[in-house]
Amino acid sequence: MDPRPAIDLRGLTRRFGERTALADVTVSLPEGATLAVLGRNGAGKSTLLRILATLLRPHGGEAVVLDEPLPRRAWALRARIGYLGHEPLLYRDLTGRENLEYHARLHRVPAARIDQLLDAVRMGARAEDPVRALSRGMAQRLAVCRAVLHEPRLLLLDEPLANLDPGAAALVEPLIGRASGLTRVLTSHDPHAALREADLVLGLQGGRPAFTAEPARLDPARVEELYR
Amino acid sequence: MRTVAAILRKDLVLELRTLETVPAMVLFSLTTFVIFHFALNRATVAGQLAAGILTGTLLFAAMLAVNRLFVAEREQGGFDAFLLAPVDRSALLVAKALALFVFLAVLEVIALPAFALLLLGPSLGRPLGGLVILLALADVALAVVGTLVSAIAVHTRARDLIGPIIALPLLIPALIATARGAGPLLAAHGATLPAGRWLLILALYDLVFALLAYAVFDFLLED
Repeated sequence: MDPRPAIDLRGLTRRFGERTALADVTVSLPEGATLAVLGRNGAGKSTLLRILATLLRPHGGEAVVLDEPLPRRAWALRARIGYLGHEPLLYRDLTGRENLEYHARLHRVPAARIDQLLDAVRMGARAEDPVRALSRGMAQRLAVCRAVLHEPRLLLLDEPLANLDPGAAALVEPLIGRASGLTRVLTSHDPHAALREADLVLGLQGGRPAFTAEPARLDPARVEELYR
Repeated sequence: MRTVAAILRKDLVLELRTLETVPAMVLFSLTTFVIFHFALNRATVAGQLAAGILTGTLLFAAMLAVNRLFVAEREQGGFDAFLLAPVDRSALLVAKALALFVFLAVLEVIALPAFALLLLGPSLGRPLGGLVILLALADVALAVVGTLVSAIAVHTRARDLIGPIIALPLLIPALIATARGAGPLLAAHGATLPAGRWLLILALYDLVFALLAYAVFDFLLED
């Protein structure tokens, strides 16, 4: 028998007022696999990630993430997900270290983990600088540290490599890339990069699923069509 | 408690570093005392008039902090970061109310002597103990209601208006109890302790709004 999927969505729907941001999304992702969510701006990618991160409540359908049904057991899921969104979720007037210490206290993570992560992304030397004094790429590296601080099982990555140069992207790869071995859901405006990372691809068009397929079986024309 | 301590510590560090809230509250209070000094055309005030000026000024100064209480959370992703953590959401209410209480206490440490210097006729020394008890209970009211209202207002576009518009009517009972309790304390040869009924009303007000805030705060954080 197949193990239970890490993410099991059936007919997931979310509205903002009259506008339907996400409709009838059905997808199943095994543990350790990567789902790439593709689509134009406003296609519903970020909404899907925010629902999985328990930041938004679904308005229809079923969502079971790491065996926890949402939104009923959202509180039980939070310790096991790492979310990297468009914003770094860091206080600009605190230093990088202070920000990570704050998150470590919220997640009850020992302080030693902070140094380990700062070293991993080579931010140790700038850890005492306020976040507002850092470049966007440096802030993004800190945001990666924040997202994986509590050693989550599931990573929700919304444009994770935005603002990162190739060197910085290589630094965060062991933490949030395929090498992490974690179950991942990622969005990207670069379909080719996303396809390289993915085990499963979900194409969204106007909030509705256009296709769900393994990259090897996906007709490139269907991907191109998403962005027309 | 560890979560409350973490949020409170973060808020106090942010305030110490940015000095965005407490200095504005202090400056507002001092300016208001000076304005009253000239507008009333009196060298000194005492009794109920003094109590009204003091409590009214502190109430309006508190609105400055209420308007800013959740701004960093909204503008810098603090809400999302908090909601992603496996913690009791009430911790945010408690921590923010404590932060507001600390801001008010710091304000009063500066504003009370300034009030005594600029406006108050009778000496502040004799009724100081009673006034501290009264203001502490009033500060709890301001902190709890202010935090609750700020959490509602921060999600609206006109949050700077919505905060005071909701908070001020809700705080009228606390204002009345504080001003009426402080009146006899600030009179020439007045009482050294406020009347028990005003303390009781304030304590009851604090309890009711603390329970109300605890009951509804989770829902305010829902999307």
